[in-house]
Amino acid sequence: MKCSGLLDDTVSIIIGGEAGQGISRSGMLLGKALMRAGFHCFGEIDYPSLIRGGHNFYRVRASSREVHSPTPHTDLLVALNEETVSIHLDSVNEGGGIIVDEKGFDPGETGRDDVAFYPVPMTEIVKELEGPEIMRNTVALGAVAALIGLSLDTLKEGVAETFEGRPRIVETNVEALQRGWEHVSEHDYGFQCTVEPGTRPDRIWLTGNEAVALGALAAGCRFYSAYPMTPASPVLHYMFAHDAESGVAVVQTESEISAILMAVGASYSGVRSMTSTSGGGFCLMTEGLSLAAMTETPLVVMLAQRPGPSTGLATYSGQGDLLFAVYGAHGEFQRVVLAPGDVDQCFHMTAEAFNLAERFQIPVIVLTDKNVVESHKTTEPFDASRVEIDRGKLVTEWSGDDEYGRYRITEDGVSPRATPGTLNALVLANSNEHVERGFSTSDSELTRMMVDKRFRKTPRIREAVEALEPIRVYGAEDPDITLVGWGSTKGPALEAIGMLENEGVKARYVQVAVVEPFPDGLPQYLKGKTILVENNRASPLGTLIKLNTGYGFEHVALRYDGRAFTPHEIRDRVLEVA
Amino acid sequence: MLSMKDFGTPAANTWCPGCGNFAILMTVKQALVGLGLRREEVVAVTGIGCHGKFTDYINVNGIHTIHGRVLPAATAVKLANHDLTVIGFAGDGDAFNIGLGHLAHAARRNVDMTYVIHDNLIYGLTTGQTSPTSKKGFVTKTSPRGSFETGVNPLTQALTGDASFVARTFAGEPQHMTEVLKKAIGHTGFALVDVLQPCVTFNRVNTYQFYKERVYKLEDEGHDAGDFDAAYHKALEWGDRIPIGVFYREQRPPYHTSFPALKDGPLVGQPLKPDVEKLLDELR
Repeated sequence: MKCSGLLDDTVSIIIGGEAGQGISRSGMLLGKALMRAGFHCFGEIDYPSLIRGGHNFYRVRASSREVHSPTPHTDLLVALNEETVSIHLDSVNEGGGIIVDEKGFDPGETGRDDVAFYPVPMTEIVKELEGPEIMRNTVALGAVAALIGLSLDTLKEGVAETFEGRPRIVETNVEALQRGWEHVSEHDYGFQCTVEPGTRPDRIWLTGNEAVALGALAAGCRFYSAYPMTPASPVLHYMFAHDAESGVAVVQTESEISAILMAVGASYSGVRSMTSTSGGGFCLMTEGLSLAAMTETPLVVMLAQRPGPSTGLATYSGQGDLLFAVYGAHGEFQRVVLAPGDVDQCFHMTAEAFNLAERFQIPVIVLTDKNVVESHKTTEPFDASRVEIDRGKLVTEWSGDDEYGRYRITEDGVSPRATPGTLNALVLANSNEHVERGFSTSDSELTRMMVDKRFRKTPRIREAVEALEPIRVYGAEDPDITLVGWGSTKGPALEAIGMLENEGVKARYVQVAVVEPFPDGLPQYLKGKTILVENNRASPLGTLIKLNTGYGFEHVALRYDGRAFTPHEIRDRVLEVA
Repeated sequence: MLSMKDFGTPAANTWCPGCGNFAILMTVKQALVGLGLRREEVVAVTGIGCHGKFTDYINVNGIHTIHGRVLPAATAVKLANHDLTVIGFAGDGDAFNIGLGHLAHAARRNVDMTYVIHDNLIYGLTTGQTSPTSKKGFVTKTSPRGSFETGVNPLTQALTGDASFVARTFAGEPQHMTEVLKKAIGHTGFALVDVLQPCVTFNRVNTYQFYKERVYKLEDEGHDAGDFDAAYHKALEWGDRIPIGVFYREQRPPYHTSFPALKDGPLVGQPLKPDVEKLLDELR
C-alpha cells in the first residue's frame, strides 16, 4: 500500500463543477473507495449557498499515513465544467493532470504546459448509456481510478451501496465507471501520481456531523429537535434517516426557538435530548438556554459555526461564536462548552456532553464549525463500549415518605431529578426563581439560597471537565514554537507541525478542547515562541486565555475568509515568527 | 378518587380578587377530578403572564416556561412520555402575540394536548397594555387613541390552523367551563379552549357584565361541531351575541402515533443503549 503524490506521500484530487453536478457525492465516493483501498483520507467540500450553478468543489487527500487536512496543491483536477479549470489551474502541481470533458473544452489556452490534460468523452458516454447528465461525474471517477491506479471494483461497490434498491441506476452508473476507466486505460499516459492499493482496513469515513449524531445516539439521545441551518442540518438528516433503528424521536421544528424548547421539554420529561444549529439559530435559542439553566434541565446543543455577522457566509466556516457560546444568554449560570477538533472528538465529546448535562443538570454546548462538521475524515471505528452513560441524580421512584422537591437544597448543588409520571413525586420546573418544591418566590433569602445551590456545582463541574483532557498537546516535547488553537484548526496545524519537523523546526499544537469552564494549567504548555491560531478576526480564544490566565499572545495567525487554514500558511507563519 | 383539595397547593395566590383565573383554576381541578386523573399523570405547561402562576397553584407536574413557548415545550413533553396528560395554559399575549407562530404547528401536528387560553383581551401582569385579542378602538396605555389594529380571533386561528378541537367558554359560567374542559382534555388530539376571562383590574370593557349580556351556548342552538363551515361561521360572531361551547371537533390520529421510536411505548421508558455497530457499518 503506497501513495505517491507529486509533492509528497499524499495524493490530492479535486472534483469541481457547478452545484447540481453531483460534486459532493463523487468526492464522498472517491474518498470511501480510497479508504477501502487501504488509505487514510480527508475530504473537504466547498460550496456557495445556492442549488444550481456557482462553483462547487470537493477536495480529497489520501495517504498511507493519517491526513488531517487538505492541502492547497492538487495532483489531479477533475473539471466537470470549464470554469473549474481556470479556478484551480494554479493549484495544480507540476506534472499534474486535469480530466476534462472532451466536449466543449479546448485545453490550448491555459498556458500551463507542465500540466497534462486528459480529455474524457463524459457527455458522449452518458448519452450512449442514456443516463442523466449528472452521471458525467461517475464517468470521471472511472477515469480517475484508471489514472491513479485505484481498483475499479472498490468504486463500483460504493456506487452499488449509494444507489441501493435502484438496480437500473446502479447498472448505468457501474457501466459509466467502466467506460470512463476504459477510455483512460486505452492510453499510456504515464501519470506520475499513483496509488498502490492494499488490503481493506477496518476504518470508517464520515463527517463531523455524522460523528456528532453517532455520539448522541451512542449516549442514548432519544429526542432530537432542530430547524434546518447550514452547516448543522446534516445531523437532522442523519437522525431522520436512522430514527426507527435508533429509537430516537426526531422533529423538524418551526424555528430554533421551538427546537430548544422542545429539547428542554423532552429532557424535563426524562429523555436525553439534543438540538443543533448555527450562529443565527443559536441567537434564537439563547432564551431557551437560559430556561434550561434556571429550570436545571439537562440540555445538549451542538453549535456549528459559520462566518457572520448575520447570514454571513452561509456555507463556509468560522470561529467567531466562541464568546457567544461561552457567555450568550441572560442571567448568571453554569454551562460547559466543548470544542471538538476532529471526527473522533466530535463522537466522544458529544457522547460525554449528555453525561455532563445530566450529572450537573445544566446546558452543555458542543461548539464546532463547518470545517469540522462537513469535512470527511477516515478514522478507526468508534468504540461505543467506551461510551458510559451516567444519568447523575435521576430518580425513577420516590417513596413518598417525604415530599419530592425538584430543587432540593443539596451539598453539591445537584438535586434529585424525578420526571413527570413518577409515583409520589410531582415535578415542578420553574423559570421563575423558586423554592425547593418548585413554587415561585421573590424572597431575598430564598433567592440567595437557590442561586448558591446552583453555583455550588462549580467545583464538581470543573473536576469533571479536567478529567476530559481539556488541553491536548500534539507535536514536539521541547518545542521552539507553540501553536494554540481550538476546533478545526487542529487539522491543518498538525499537518504544519509535520512539515516543520522536516525543516528542522520543533513545533507543537495545543488544543483547548474545553473552553468553558476554562481549564487550568494552560501556561505550562506554552513553550518557546507562541502563536495563537484562530479562524476569526478578533481572536476570542486569546481573549479567554488572557481573562483566565493573564497570558497575552505576541503572535497570531488568523484566517477569516470562511476557508480553512492550509497547512502551508501555518507553516509559513511559524517560519516568519521562529 | 382524588378531591378538589388534592389538586390545590400551599402557594399563596396573588391574582386580583375577582380575576377570571380563579374560575379557570377551579374548573380545571373539577375537570381533572371528574376525569379521574391522578396528579402524577398530568403535566401543566405555562408561559409568562398572570396565567403563568397556574403551575404554582395546581398540584400536578408542571413546567413554567418562558413567554410564548408553551406549545413547543408541551409538544415535547407529550412526545417524551405520551402516557401523560398534557395541558398548556397561556394568556392572550402569550398565545397570540409572541407565541402565535407555534399555534399552527401544534394544531397541524395534532399534538395530543389541551391548550387553555386565559383570554382577557389585555396585558395584565405588565399593567395594562393592548393585547393581540383587544378589539379595535380599545384604549390602553399603549393604544391611547384606541387600538387601530384588528384583534386576533383565537377561534379562526385555531380552525384554519387545523386544530381538531376548538371551543370557547366563559369564566362566568363555571359549570359550562368544566364540561368544555372535560371534553377538551378527553379529546385525543390538539384541543384549544379560549376562555373569556375578565381582567377586573385593567379591562373595564370586557367585564363579567359585558359577557353575561352577550354569551349564548352553541349546544342550545343545535350547532353541529362536525361541520367545519358552520364552526368557522360561528367563530366570526362577536357583537351583541357571543357564542360559547364546542365549535369544532374531528377525530384525527394524534402526532405521537406517527413516530417509529414510540411504537414500543413512551420514549422515557426505553432502554438507552442502542447498537451503533450497524450505523458504523454504513460508514466502513
